[in-house]
Amino acid sequence: MSSRETVLGKIRASIGVSGADEARKTTVAARLEQTPTGVIPARAQLPAAGQLELFCAMAVQFGATVTRVNDYQAVPAEVSTYLRARNLPSEIRMGADERLANASWSSEKNLEVRHGASDGGDLAGVSHAMAGIAETGTLALLSGPANPTTINFLPEHHIVVLKADDIKGDMESVWAMLRKDMGKGVMPRALNLITGPSRSGDIEQTIILGAHGPRALHIVIVD
Amino acid sequence: MTSSENMAARQPRVGLFATCLVDLFRPSVGFASAKLLQDAGCEVHVPVAQTCCGQPAYNTGDRADTREIAEQVIEAFEGFDFVVAPSGSCASMLKKHYPGLFAGDAAWEERAERFSQKCHELISFLTDVMMVRDTGASLDAKITYHDSCSGLRELGIKEQPRKLLAKVSGLELQEMKDSDVCCGFGGTFCIKYSDISNAIVTKKVGNIDASGADMLLAGDVGCLMNMAGKLKRQGSSVEVRHIAEVLAGMTSQPPIAGSGK
Amino acid sequence: MELAAKHFKASAAKALVDVQLQKALGNVEKGFIGKRQKAADALPEFDALRDNARDIKNHVLAHLDLYLEEYERNVIASGGTVHWAETAEDARRIVLDICQKAGARTVTKGKSMITEEIALNDHLSANGIEPVETDLGEYIIQLRGEYPSHIIAPAVHLNKEQVEGDFRRVHTHLPEGRDLSEPVALLGEARDVLRQRYFAADVGITGANFLIAETGTSVIVTNEGNGDLTQTLGKVHVVVASIEKIVPTLEDTSQILRVLARSATGQDMSVYTTFSTGPKRTEDPDGPDQYHVVLLDNGRSAMLGTEYQDMLRCIRCGACMNHCPVYHAVGGHAYGSVYPGPMGAVLTPSLNGIEETGQLPNASTFCGRCEAVCPMRIPLPKMMRHWREREFERNLTPLTARYGLKFWAFFAKRPKLYRLAVSFGVPLLSLFGGSSRRFHSLPFARGWTRHRDLPAPEGRTFLQAWAQREALKQEPGQ
Repeated sequence: MSSRETVLGKIRASIGVSGADEARKTTVAARLEQTPTGVIPARAQLPAAGQLELFCAMAVQFGATVTRVNDYQAVPAEVSTYLRARNLPSEIRMGADERLANASWSSEKNLEVRHGASDGGDLAGVSHAMAGIAETGTLALLSGPANPTTINFLPEHHIVVLKADDIKGDMESVWAMLRKDMGKGVMPRALNLITGPSRSGDIEQTIILGAHGPRALHIVIVD
Repeated sequence: MTSSENMAARQPRVGLFATCLVDLFRPSVGFASAKLLQDAGCEVHVPVAQTCCGQPAYNTGDRADTREIAEQVIEAFEGFDFVVAPSGSCASMLKKHYPGLFAGDAAWEERAERFSQKCHELISFLTDVMMVRDTGASLDAKITYHDSCSGLRELGIKEQPRKLLAKVSGLELQEMKDSDVCCGFGGTFCIKYSDISNAIVTKKVGNIDASGADMLLAGDVGCLMNMAGKLKRQGSSVEVRHIAEVLAGMTSQPPIAGSGK
Repeated sequence: MELAAKHFKASAAKALVDVQLQKALGNVEKGFIGKRQKAADALPEFDALRDNARDIKNHVLAHLDLYLEEYERNVIASGGTVHWAETAEDARRIVLDICQKAGARTVTKGKSMITEEIALNDHLSANGIEPVETDLGEYIIQLRGEYPSHIIAPAVHLNKEQVEGDFRRVHTHLPEGRDLSEPVALLGEARDVLRQRYFAADVGITGANFLIAETGTSVIVTNEGNGDLTQTLGKVHVVVASIEKIVPTLEDTSQILRVLARSATGQDMSVYTTFSTGPKRTEDPDGPDQYHVVLLDNGRSAMLGTEYQDMLRCIRCGACMNHCPVYHAVGGHAYGSVYPGPMGAVLTPSLNGIEETGQLPNASTFCGRCEAVCPMRIPLPKMMRHWREREFERNLTPLTARYGLKFWAFFAKRPKLYRLAVSFGVPLLSLFGGSSRRFHSLPFARGWTRHRDLPAPEGRTFLQAWAQREALKQEPGQ
């Protein structure tokens, strides 16, 4: 008997079922189909403007910085400003996200834009988030050529662009977006929920930012 | 006649489950409990067929002896309208743990379930069932109150003692840090793991001393004996009493483990 | 460092007088309790979420076989491989095999209690593969040859001076005169050293906080980002997870996530919650070429349907140990088990047998604080008591305790005899109590009087005194 059959057999023996029981199968299928939501905190059940405001407040509370711009054309200048203000070299790493690609990067003459996955040599990376979650000021980012996962973790500064319309109240709304975009049960290779910059409290329970991931998380909301 | 009609017609009959530690070490708590219950309008009975609630056996894993003791307690007390114990720990044993001892024995389970409905810890019984708001006691003292674990977490006793203490004239409550953290008694734990118990009670008496109170109160004699023993070993002058003694205005006995350093 | 739960008492005695350790343990109470309370208080739905989280896991456990099959189907559909491991040994063999096939010389590891449980690092090392722990706390204790003293804060037993000493001892390529006096400098150094290791590693091994049946996804929850670098930069990602980590859907995951970080560190959300589904896709510029999941049973299936089943709801937040007065007193290593504190006191006997681990479920005051804060509402004290019952049934309870209890129970079950004995004994003991009303030492109560005075009985027993008072009332003419 394979390990698989052994383990499943032991589970069934302990629960006292055969595994062929149709009623149990129906229960499981129904739950997977219906995906009941459970308890949703009232905190983020707000009109869109309230969700935007809550998102910003929560993101700041958890250590991110947030700025708002009017359109994608203003993003490159905002990135340059961020780098200059922190005395960082005028270089970024970025994926192939179309919304970002269409911004006028050429207007920032001194800014070097490197494309593709990060190789660990980047001080700043720019990503586009799939969504924001107001309840906890959390960003949702999807893997892929548009926004390589390595950019979320290797650069010291992570600048994340987020469309104001993509700010939702809760995680559950993000799951609904995902199912609409990708189909039920389908996930990107990696989905990163990010809430503030990397941190560790492992030495004497003192919280320090910038453990292995970015020391700083800057969110640019495009209205 | 239902029991509520019954009670309206006459005083509720209360079986006082004294607890073994009150019986052996601190009879004043028994008398204080009886007085508080009588003042609240209860008729108090103390059945002689009581020894202990069974926790030493229960917490050592000895289900058979625990069950025998539980049967004995139920038989001795089930005839009363209420069963009241001046201890959150023992009351919780009667109320929360007895029914489970009879799982699988339908007749006894049902009997234990019915019995457990009648069981109460003294202070919460006074405030929540007998609706006592003021016991009329007075005491000039700065006290601090320790929330014993079972009473607090199994029976939800937190505000009740404080409400009654607030009405004691002359008494001032100085809350200690971590009043809801275990004192390290734990029944047989304090003997089995006496070094760890000592570390826990040392922290506790540090908080008691730091509160600036000159008297420590709690609702369980076990915890009180543990804390009093440590306070005295450390030469503290804080006096230790069961809350019932203060609420009943019966503080003529020397405090637990004596007074002075 | 040897794991030996049977030496709990001796290890605890040592821990109690370890000045460094006692100083570090203060950080547990300071660092966790207030933050958890604040986070819980700030979310009105917290307790309702706990109820739902409990219900979700109960539902999963009742249908675990079916959800595992669904999960497996979806992992395979996304290009991943599922390996089933009945025992720790099976899991070690499977992981080693994957590493060897990948030609691995070093593997990086995200923080994972399950790989501690199966002692994976020793097995890899013994077979010529170097495991590199990347979580800061895990990295520190790996340098020291220790095991975690806490399930979410593995190095909580250490002070920064000890960490500085270890870094100076091991990082000999760095200048001697560098300043490592503050945690921020220590963290910076670990970050730089480990950065190189991620890129050099062939395989990245992580645990999983959740396995989602609906999508075949594994989820890790971290704050540092090391787990993500571990699983993104290696050519092969191996997830080692026990079977009870299954949740049905993304929505169910969200419910439990809302109580996890709040209970653990008092955060609303941990910094990184990462959902991984399969290996790198054709168009992906990064991610692992292979994605493997090792599903470990190791005794868990035998807990289903028993009084220990509720333990399988545990999400390893650490709240029980953060609130445990015994853990605060002795720290995690004294338990001599991979899982310390209250959850370990229940789980360890289930995994390793009660014969050698009986001390753990006994070392509790039953104060109930663990159950009060458990996000999954696991009745930990009740289950510790069940272990004591199993011990007692099998005559494993220490003889002195057993005889003492039987002697006491003999009287406790015979009220008349009991009355007779105490009506002589108690007044006598009271008499010896003298004017101080306490005993500094008593030969038959040394366990008590070693550390504290024993209050003397007042005089007669309450029942004696009560009977006398009642008798006086009854007398005619009174």
